[in-house]
Amino acid sequence: MALLTYREAIRQALQEELHHDERVFLLGEDIAEFGGSMKVTLGLLDEFGPRRIRNTPISEMAILGATVGSAATGLRPIAEIMYSDFFPMAMDPIINQAAKMRYMFGGKLSIPLVIRAPMGGRRSAAAQHSQCLEAWFMHIPGIMIAMPSSPYDAKGLLKSAVRSPNPVIFFENKMLYNEKGEVPEEPYFVPFGQANIVRVGEDVTIVALSDMVQFSLKAADQLASQGISAEVIDPRTLAPLDVATLVQSVQKTGRLVVAHEANLTCGVGAEIASQIAYQAFDYLLAPVERVAAKDSPVPFNPRLEKEVLPDDKDVVAAVSRLMAYGN
Amino acid sequence: MYEEIPDDIAVNFYGTMVRIREFELAVADLFARGMIPGFMHTYVGEEAVATGVCANLRIEDKITSTHRGHGHLIAKGGQFDLMMAELFSKGTGYNKGKGGSMHIAEPDLGHLGANAIVGAGLALINGASLTAQYLGTDHVGVCFFGDGASNEGIFHESLNLASVWNLPTIFVCENNGYGESTPQRQHQKITDIAVRGAAYDIPAEIIDGDDVGAVYLATKAAVERARKGGGPTLLECKTHRWRGHHEADVQDYRPSEELKNIEHFDPIIRWRGVLLERGVSKETLEAIDARVTLELDEAIKFAKSSPEPDLSEALTDIITPQTEEN
Repeated sequence: MALLTYREAIRQALQEELHHDERVFLLGEDIAEFGGSMKVTLGLLDEFGPRRIRNTPISEMAILGATVGSAATGLRPIAEIMYSDFFPMAMDPIINQAAKMRYMFGGKLSIPLVIRAPMGGRRSAAAQHSQCLEAWFMHIPGIMIAMPSSPYDAKGLLKSAVRSPNPVIFFENKMLYNEKGEVPEEPYFVPFGQANIVRVGEDVTIVALSDMVQFSLKAADQLASQGISAEVIDPRTLAPLDVATLVQSVQKTGRLVVAHEANLTCGVGAEIASQIAYQAFDYLLAPVERVAAKDSPVPFNPRLEKEVLPDDKDVVAAVSRLMAYGN
Repeated sequence: MYEEIPDDIAVNFYGTMVRIREFELAVADLFARGMIPGFMHTYVGEEAVATGVCANLRIEDKITSTHRGHGHLIAKGGQFDLMMAELFSKGTGYNKGKGGSMHIAEPDLGHLGANAIVGAGLALINGASLTAQYLGTDHVGVCFFGDGASNEGIFHESLNLASVWNLPTIFVCENNGYGESTPQRQHQKITDIAVRGAAYDIPAEIIDGDDVGAVYLATKAAVERARKGGGPTLLECKTHRWRGHHEADVQDYRPSEELKNIEHFDPIIRWRGVLLERGVSKETLEAIDARVTLELDEAIKFAKSSPEPDLSEALTDIITPQTEEN
């Protein structure tokens, strides 16, 4: 085991996959000499050269169009979108092309690509550099979505993403890049569609995405001191979503909180709440709680931002409401 | 005229253009009779562009096509029967009846799909050209697009990327004077889209798009340059759309004079004249006409008698199953 940051774990996955398969290459804005806005790709240009580590113009639609076109013709592109907030500049290649080409063409093509995109707020980066847009993509059949919450998952999921024959959107949490964690020395993969039970508990299930996993673990510690045993589950991938593991957990605990940093309305929590309400209805002892950002753009002012975005306190409050329900 | 084009190639141009014309007239009729669902955009009048361009391409060269795309697939080697079955939404079609007229595709022929999003192919083709360049082949990519698409942001982003990466992409603008119902003078101040090549340091040429010989020779030069690593080219083929934007469009926005005289531009009649002048016999051309009629009849029969896709097809091909091979 080695202690790596989330950033280093992602970089290591890229290195390993670039070594493994000549068809793999990287493209994106400022990813070469500069190492990317988040410095994830720093050093890769020296190691792999400009053919495989490709700086692009600031042209998100052209970047992702070329990503899809090269994937459709035999390469394995990994694109970087500098901030998730720039996805709106380039939705067509993802939504109308990558997600639909195989289907429209009757199964005649596969589109093996990865789009890495830093997401999330808590850095006073304000409304256009802080969003969590995973729900947009989860709504579209034909796309896979990964949202790692630890260095171990980041590396293992990214390697699975690169080997996948499908389009994958890989959301990296900006607040986690410097977080350290144990990562095996030997190659490994984290499969898509397998949730991770991060902490076992009996009284309530907390399904948390991305850095809400850390906040939820912190909340679980506090709850434990009050005698409440919380199970924390990280789905790790939203498409495919491991509903079975979530259902099993709720069958045990009878209570569910879904926690994500994205806005409340039509967030991923709504879908998970619906799935659980349908598949585990008879086991629920209380309504499903969602912990999410308030329905607002992300403010610049740090105090206002904290007011809008959810954290461990919101998780504790939600669990407390559930425990008190019916009393 | 066009002595540099050998007889067999010149006669093939005629055959391809007649195949496209007859296919389009047939599907327009079948669509009007309710036998084909969805939308129907025909390529009637623009046959010389696809024909002259694709005659320079190998099967490994990739093209991206448009909503008005039947002609591109025919010129790239598409079969009438599988195309017709796709338009009829039958399970035997090129895409199991799941794509239809606006998304018909045959990657095995280097055809990456018709596209119902105006301009989308401009970005996709750069990916195909990048694959060719990355793997060290001399294959090229060709994107067909219209005058309307030249106002999309994706046009500018894609030309710039092709230029800065020196990609072997040939951008073929089919300027038929209308973006759906909007005449070119209302949607852009320039009359020649080719001038936009200069903004990206891309060589550009204006071509009589109703003259298949001219299209062929201009594309030939562009393709040869791209194969040798000389980078992208923008070709503007001025052509004419004879029928509506789609088959439900009665074109009352077009001056009646324009439509009355449109057959004056007929690329097939014009090329027929060139061939007869150089001594190709009338019988040779009539034999081609007869073969096309026969092929079309067979294709329609095939499409009509083909089964619908199985209902299970509704939920297949959404994702690619992971296997050891992929």
